[in-house]
Amino acid sequence: MADEVILLDYWPSMFGMRTKMALAEKGVSYEYIETDPWIKTPLLIEMNPIHKKIPVLIHKGKPICESLIQLEYIDEVWSGTYPMLPSDPYQKAQARFWADFIDKKFYDPSWKVWGTNGEEQVAAKKELLEHFKTLETELGDKTYYGGEVFGFLDIALMGYYSWFKAMEKFGEFSIETEFPKLTEWTKRCLERESVVKALTDSDKILEYAYVLRKKFGAE
Amino acid sequence: MVTGDVKLIGSWASVFVMRARIALNLKSISYEFLQETYGTKSELLLKSNPVHKKIPVLIHDDKPVCESNIIVQYIDEAWSSYGLSILPSQPYDRAIARFWAAYVDDKWFIALRSILTARGEEEKKAAIAEVEERTDHLEKAFIECSNGKPFFNGDHIGYLDIALGSFLGWWKVVELDANHILLDETKTPSLFQWAERFCNDPDVKPLMPETTKLAEFARKLFPKPQA
Repeated sequence: MADEVILLDYWPSMFGMRTKMALAEKGVSYEYIETDPWIKTPLLIEMNPIHKKIPVLIHKGKPICESLIQLEYIDEVWSGTYPMLPSDPYQKAQARFWADFIDKKFYDPSWKVWGTNGEEQVAAKKELLEHFKTLETELGDKTYYGGEVFGFLDIALMGYYSWFKAMEKFGEFSIETEFPKLTEWTKRCLERESVVKALTDSDKILEYAYVLRKKFGAE
Repeated sequence: MVTGDVKLIGSWASVFVMRARIALNLKSISYEFLQETYGTKSELLLKSNPVHKKIPVLIHDDKPVCESNIIVQYIDEAWSSYGLSILPSQPYDRAIARFWAAYVDDKWFIALRSILTARGEEEKKAAIAEVEERTDHLEKAFIECSNGKPFFNGDHIGYLDIALGSFLGWWKVVELDANHILLDETKTPSLFQWAERFCNDPDVKPLMPETTKLAEFARKLFPKPQA
C-alpha cells in the first residue's frame, strides 16, 4: 500500500508510547510490529542500522528514527489535523527546548532511580526531583504545556507516564504530593483516548522494572 | 524588512556558537555578538539560559532561544522569507537531516572529544578508532543526503552542513593533538571535499577560527596530565 505506516516498537518503551500517541492524535492507521530491541531482528537492523533501537516509524518503506524526530515528521506529513507544534517560531523553539531537556537531562535519572542502587540511586533521585520541579514550574498554571492545546511537549513528557509508578516506588516519593500541578496535568492528558491507548499499564511496567533491576545487578 | 533586535551570546571558539552565526549569516541578519569571557558566565547568560547556563543563546527582541540546533531551526523559521531555506523542504529529508545532526552531537562529537580527554595510548587508540568508524557513517550519510550535489543540503549549505561543518576547526585541532589524520581524503573522499567547500563558503569563512589560536585554547580547555 502506498501510504503504509509501520511502527517497530517495544511495549515498555516510553519513546514508542510518544509515537503511538502522535499517530493516534492524527488519526493515522498503522501496523504495529512488536520488536524486542535486545534481539536485533533483520528488519530492525535494516531500518535502524546506526542505533538498532526502537521505535522506528516506517512510512512508504522509508524509516524515521528517534521519537522526537518522528513526532515532528508526523506533524509535518499529517499537517491537516491537530497541529502538535505551535506555528509561532518562538513557541516552537520553546517546545523543542523542553523536549530536548526531557531527553538530555530527565531521562538519565528517570531510569537510574529504579535501575541502580546505593549512592548512584540517591544521586539519581535528587536529580530527578529537581527536574520534575523544573518541569512543574515550566507548566505553571497552563492547561497543557502547549497552552490550551495538547501538543508536542505534552506528548514528549506523557510518554514517560507509565514509568512514573516505578520511579515513585524505588525513589520513595509521591508525584502527587510533591508535584500537584504536574499531577493535574497528567489527569487532563489521561482524558485523551490517544494517550490512554498508547500507554502501557503502570503495574506491568513496575513488574518489568523489577526484572531489569535484577538484570542490571541493582537487586 | 525589519529583523528586530538580535543578540547572540557566545564565544569565538565554540562550535555550537558558530552554528548560530552561520545561520544568521545565511539569512543576512545583523546582530550584536556578546563574547563571553572564558571561565566566567555573564549575568545576561545566566538570566537568558537559567536551565543549562551555556552558550550559544540567541536573544531576539529580548526573547532567548537556547541550544544550537534549536537556534538554527528558529533562525530558519523566524526569518523564513530571508535568503534560502536552511532545513530541507520535504518532511522526510528534514527527518534525515535532524537524525544525522543528532548523531553528530550524541555520537560523533562525543568520540572526537574523547580523543582529547584520553589518558594513555590505549584509550587514545580506541577513541580514534571510534571516530573513524563514525566518520565513515557520516561519509555514507553525505552520499545519501547530497544526492550528487555539493552539500548535505544540496546546492547550498543547510542544517546538517552547519551541524557537522562547524566542527571543522576543532576537527583539525584534534588531528594535530592526536597526530593522526581524522578526515582522510582516501577513506572519506566525499566528506573531505565537502569540508573544503564548506570552509570556503563566504558565510562560513570569516567565522572559522584560526587553527593555531584554537589549538592554544584547546590546551587550556583540555590540559594534558603531568607526566
